[in-house]
Amino acid sequence: MSDYSQLYDAIVNGDHRLAAEVTKSALEANTDPSELIAKYMIPAMNEVGNRFACNEYFVPELLIAARAMKASLELLTPLLAAGGVQRVGRVVIGTVKGDLHDIGKNLVASMLEGAGFEVIDLGVDVPPDKFVDTAREKEGTIVAMSALLTTTMVNMKAVVDRLQSAGLRDKVRVMVGGAPLTPQFAEQIGADGYSENATEAVALARRLVSEFATTA
Amino acid sequence: MSVSLLEQLLRQTPVITDGAWATQLQVRGLPIGVCPDEWNLSHPEAVEAVAREYVEAGSQVILTNTFGANRITLARQGLADRAVEINQAGVAISRRAAQDRAKVFASIGPTGVLLMTGEKNPDELEATFAEQARALAQAGADAVVIETMSDLGEAMLAIRGAKSAGLITVACMSFDSGKNRDRTMMGTTPEQAAEALSDAGADVIGANCGQGIEGYITIARRLRAATDRPVWIKPNAGLPQIVDGKAVYAMTPQEFVSYIPQFVEAGVAFIGGCCGTSPAFIAAIRERLGR
Repeated sequence: MSDYSQLYDAIVNGDHRLAAEVTKSALEANTDPSELIAKYMIPAMNEVGNRFACNEYFVPELLIAARAMKASLELLTPLLAAGGVQRVGRVVIGTVKGDLHDIGKNLVASMLEGAGFEVIDLGVDVPPDKFVDTAREKEGTIVAMSALLTTTMVNMKAVVDRLQSAGLRDKVRVMVGGAPLTPQFAEQIGADGYSENATEAVALARRLVSEFATTA
Repeated sequence: MSVSLLEQLLRQTPVITDGAWATQLQVRGLPIGVCPDEWNLSHPEAVEAVAREYVEAGSQVILTNTFGANRITLARQGLADRAVEINQAGVAISRRAAQDRAKVFASIGPTGVLLMTGEKNPDELEATFAEQARALAQAGADAVVIETMSDLGEAMLAIRGAKSAGLITVACMSFDSGKNRDRTMMGTTPEQAAEALSDAGADVIGANCGQGIEGYITIARRLRAATDRPVWIKPNAGLPQIVDGKAVYAMTPQEFVSYIPQFVEAGVAFIGGCCGTSPAFIAAIRERLGR
């Protein structure tokens, strides 16, 4: 395979035009899409995550990197699907009932998409049953919930409880995040994980997916 | 004239502001998920009771129940057309509660839109803030407080909007991100915020929400060192914990005010509280300051 490290740079620097351009020329040269992802794109998103953790990158840089990643993935996804390649995992994401804040949720959704997850975004003010019904459609789904308000974060527990009563609790994994949340809160409501920011959310989602692999 | 109001207030610092509003309204029956701002029209007596409690506790400056009363945020609740009315009612309620015992600084919060996604253009945001500020000014607000901002770009548009209505402007950001929690969500440092907000014309620069009071001591010092404008600080009462299925802030007024001397030393001009604080916290601040 030729060297497409320009794709890595384009994602790290958030240049979506260059990312799409390099992806196109790689495909014209019959490069294997999954190799592009493994060799350049995932490492690029990891580097973006590292820079975020080191305070070199903040939300604006994350957003443009995720946009560049998406520009490339949009070209690759049809080929991957045709080749029978599976996504990293399936995530149903939304802001909980009573809460209309979506900046954090949108950011996590685009970072997860960038990391190769299939993301189903239910939007804001999502009733518990909507999470449960969407999770039910496919085994091995991650339910990701966001809340900005102390008054609405408690609605996350209702979703966990309903997953339980629907008999789905051990078929899905639940992750939560939002400004007023803490790891202790996540534990108290019976979630499987908490992440403080969008890059941690990707790491957490990957870990939860690997749990499916080991328990299946 | 606008300068003289600030000068008059700042003769003795720190000036005591107020604490949280939405949680106080919930105590009075505001259901979760209902827009607090709309209560200015449907439950003015409950909103006025909250305002009056702050005045009685010792607030020299009270805010208004208009944090989310910009047209873009109200549209999510189907209330966009009532924006002007809600803002005017909010100021009228706080003025009734304040009488001549406190000044009314009207609250302007973020729109919840990320500018860089291109979802809305900057002109629309500025016009939205200008509309809100005009309504607040017409109803007789003494000043506006632009608060809980994480995007410097949006904060600057809000300042421009407020200035176009001719109001004294306090501009605050929330510092909650990064290893040391000394950046806004978008990565802005206190120094960058102080410079940009001053340049945009804010009369007072500050920080609110985002983290507990402990972390805001260094933020206050850094803002103070980076600007000649008076500094406004309203921190949270720590992080919430869950008790009996409800989020509660465990920090007591006494713990909260144990940090007050450090803010006085840092030279802050205005002090109050954000999430998790109540009139009891304001009374404790007043007592701690020996007033």
